[in-house]
Amino acid sequence: MSHADFTASLPMLIVSVTAVLLMLSIAIRRSHMAAAAISLIGLFVALASLPFASSVVPRQVTAFFIFDSYSLIYVAILLLATAFVFLLGYDYLDRRKEHREEFYLLVLLATTGAMVLVASRNFASFFLGLELLSVALYTLIAYARTERAVEAGIKYLILAASSSSILLFGLALIYSGSGTMELSQFTAMTHSTRQASSLLFLAGLALTLTGVGFKLAVVPFHLWTPDVYEGAPLPVTTFIATISKGGMFALLLRWFHSEVGGLAGAPGLVLSIIAIASMLTGNLLALRQTNVKRILAYSSIAHMGYLLVALLAGGVLGASAATYYLAAYMVTILGAFGTMTVLSGTRWEAASLDSFRGLFWQRPLVAATFTTMLLSLAGIPLTAGFLGKFYVLIAGASQSRWVLLFTLVVSSTIGLFYYLRIIVVMYSQPAEHIAAGDPGTLPLSIPAALALAALTGLVFLLGVYPALLWNVIVEATHNLG
Amino acid sequence: MILPSLIVILIIGGIASWIVARRSTVVARWIAVVSVLADFATCLGVWMARAGRSQFTPERWFVECNVAWIPQFGIHIHLAIDGLSLALLLLTYFLGVMAVLCSWTEIQERVGFFHFNLLWVLAGITGVFLATDLLLFYLFWELMLVPMYFLIGIWGHERRIYASTKFFLFTQLSGLLMLIAIVALAVFHYQSTGVFTFDYEQLLQTTLSPRAARLLMLGFLIAFAVKLPAFPFHTWLPDAHTEAPTAGSVVLAGLLLKTGAYGLIRFVLPLFPGPSHELAPLMMTIGVIGILYGAVLAVGQTDLKRLVAYTSVSHMGFVLLGVFAGNQIALEGAVVQMISHGISTGALFILAGLLQERLHTREISQMGGLWETMPVLSGAGLVFAMASLGLPGLGDFVGEFLVLLGTYRANVGLATVATLGLLAATLYGLRFAQGAFQGPNRHHWRLPDMRPREWAALGLMMICLVWIGLYPQPVLRAIRPSLATAQQSALPQELVRR
Repeated sequence: MSHADFTASLPMLIVSVTAVLLMLSIAIRRSHMAAAAISLIGLFVALASLPFASSVVPRQVTAFFIFDSYSLIYVAILLLATAFVFLLGYDYLDRRKEHREEFYLLVLLATTGAMVLVASRNFASFFLGLELLSVALYTLIAYARTERAVEAGIKYLILAASSSSILLFGLALIYSGSGTMELSQFTAMTHSTRQASSLLFLAGLALTLTGVGFKLAVVPFHLWTPDVYEGAPLPVTTFIATISKGGMFALLLRWFHSEVGGLAGAPGLVLSIIAIASMLTGNLLALRQTNVKRILAYSSIAHMGYLLVALLAGGVLGASAATYYLAAYMVTILGAFGTMTVLSGTRWEAASLDSFRGLFWQRPLVAATFTTMLLSLAGIPLTAGFLGKFYVLIAGASQSRWVLLFTLVVSSTIGLFYYLRIIVVMYSQPAEHIAAGDPGTLPLSIPAALALAALTGLVFLLGVYPALLWNVIVEATHNLG
Repeated sequence: MILPSLIVILIIGGIASWIVARRSTVVARWIAVVSVLADFATCLGVWMARAGRSQFTPERWFVECNVAWIPQFGIHIHLAIDGLSLALLLLTYFLGVMAVLCSWTEIQERVGFFHFNLLWVLAGITGVFLATDLLLFYLFWELMLVPMYFLIGIWGHERRIYASTKFFLFTQLSGLLMLIAIVALAVFHYQSTGVFTFDYEQLLQTTLSPRAARLLMLGFLIAFAVKLPAFPFHTWLPDAHTEAPTAGSVVLAGLLLKTGAYGLIRFVLPLFPGPSHELAPLMMTIGVIGILYGAVLAVGQTDLKRLVAYTSVSHMGFVLLGVFAGNQIALEGAVVQMISHGISTGALFILAGLLQERLHTREISQMGGLWETMPVLSGAGLVFAMASLGLPGLGDFVGEFLVLLGTYRANVGLATVATLGLLAATLYGLRFAQGAFQGPNRHHWRLPDMRPREWAALGLMMICLVWIGLYPQPVLRAIRPSLATAQQSALPQELVRR
């Protein structure tokens, strides 16, 4: 491993080292504050190392990793998102007087897994990253040790483990058909008609997509999503919704993206069906939910569908549009779950629709933040969600993917219905009695307040002045593959 | 920098009034009035400056402002004003002031947030009338909906949640279709010229295949028809109007509906001349159906606000008819109708609000004999009812007359049927005036008559209506050049024939 290789992989190494250091510090003395501080410092050092890493890219490190500007931008997004998860979750964990330090450890490990996914160029590293992410998640989901959380953890464990094995089988089939484990080879194959038609390859592809689809929670692999979202503690839900999905999507994008004319043939058809089904099913099923965590779980299914539209469109704009949408979505969903996290008390979470009743009249700023996030999810102008959707529409229209675009429009109108429902509840008359520990009475800690303010600012910044991020993304996705 | 300041004043005024309301609600109300008045004065200044100059200056826009926003896709913050926008903006701020005035005593809860929403709706409407970049237009189009949603949803009457959600879903779905059409238009432009742009004037030059033009036009048309509202898409309107607070109804009927008509004139006609000509008979028929349908349903309403809401459907039918009649006179009539309908319907909603504040009911059957106890208010009510039914000498008559005149040239049959709408209008107008104000005072109402503030608002509106009714020339002169531009690109064959 040369010096440059080392520099290129610095961010990933720093996060891993932070995890080790944190483990040691926990062994010496338990301190929630210290654990959070160490993790945050680790993340910021990793972020600070990005400029050094970017000076030596693109660079292939061993047969497993590729560090190019594309993987670095995703690494940056993932690191920032993890930092926000810590900032928002600190108070939540602090209110629960149980072992809290391991949370940071597990999240750091899972983030490393997501980063491995982002940078992987080989089946082996792909699977390695996936398992690193999943295994940490099994524990994280059951972390609260309530009945629901354990149930959700077991559900995720069983489904994720079986989907991993299906994925592994798929990878094996592809390997036996093509004799290579390189993802870049794979990209060439999905886009050439000759090999894409071989049965072995198609079977392998189908099985692999099952595994990927499970992680992204797209229809029909979405059944775990609402239960796990609801059962897991809020910071973990935030993590699943952002970092875990983001890492997987980055890999999928690297894998399937094509600058010439989008995805066609059997993979294109299958992914189109998945996208359409996800958009419609997600939004329709969210309509009748009364738990905000479940609503956002179903809405995330739909959002993954929107992302797939950009991926399917491909072309010059596809990858950039998808990345922008994903960044916007992550900022928004961090804000949404973050608001819920700061409103959650010692024993309960602000998840049922009723706990938001009249929130605006008790805590206008928190409610305004949540409203902003919901409007952004719905894609209302001036928010990040709108420009994300706009870019997806442009990408789709320039490749004439009209069916997908119409589904997007119809399903986002359906989606609007349940976002409005939450907003209405917040702005309705507050409940008569205000019990102790109500969302209206909880103090707002400084780190969480700062994080929420930053996220709200980002939502508007990405919605009003996109050039900043867009140019970087276009640059980074230019030579994808 | 005049044009952005129009929007910025309202946005900042809204925030300021929200913040100040914690200390003093009166100051918050004054901030709202002053910021709308400031915009009104600015527009008046532009109008005066323009009137001083020769009528034959060839430039298209009076004032323009163009700043790059998302250069990668050629999206600019491009605002421009011409006679049509100017006239509608003056209407916007006039009704804006009225809306603040009429909520002075009606809104007692959460005053700051109310004015914040009100001013932001006005800011969105301003943006819609000014934007000449299609994405920017869409942005403002959506932006005015969110505060309007809150206005109905928070301060509305009994079934407000249902009404506001319905309103939002209807407009949002149609708006998204328009967004697809806008994006597709830009993409087609890019594919034929290699330039990515959302600029109105550049997109006017886009060459489209007839099929593509037809499909794209549908995207725009549906959005505007829902907002207008044209006949099959009108169902959100009575609910939204009935449930909204008075100021919300005034803004909704007076201004929001006009953005739909404005979109038809500004975008549909010039961007898709061929398909608009093809679809004209259909759209005119829909307009006539709207006229009759709205008027007939209005006759049957017992709720005063619902009655006025259905008359709006009828009046907007005239606008649709005028826009698609394909000649200058009808188009001018449509715009005059937009302006005078804004004032007369706004006034009727204010009146309904005043009555509800005093009687705590909107049922016409509960009224009757009000003239005895409130002669001044009832007199004003009679005037506005007459305006609404199209009595000569008042604004609505000029608009309807011009539309019918123009339609007669294009299609005699439709013009004749549309005239029947005037007949039905007489029915509902008289029924309302008779039922509410005349007759014996069976319920023994003892009520205070109009206060000076209410007098000032309604009196001004009356003066405006009479002015437009007797001397519409200034309005016509201001809007004529912009309409001619829309018309020319819309119907090249018309031009040849002349």
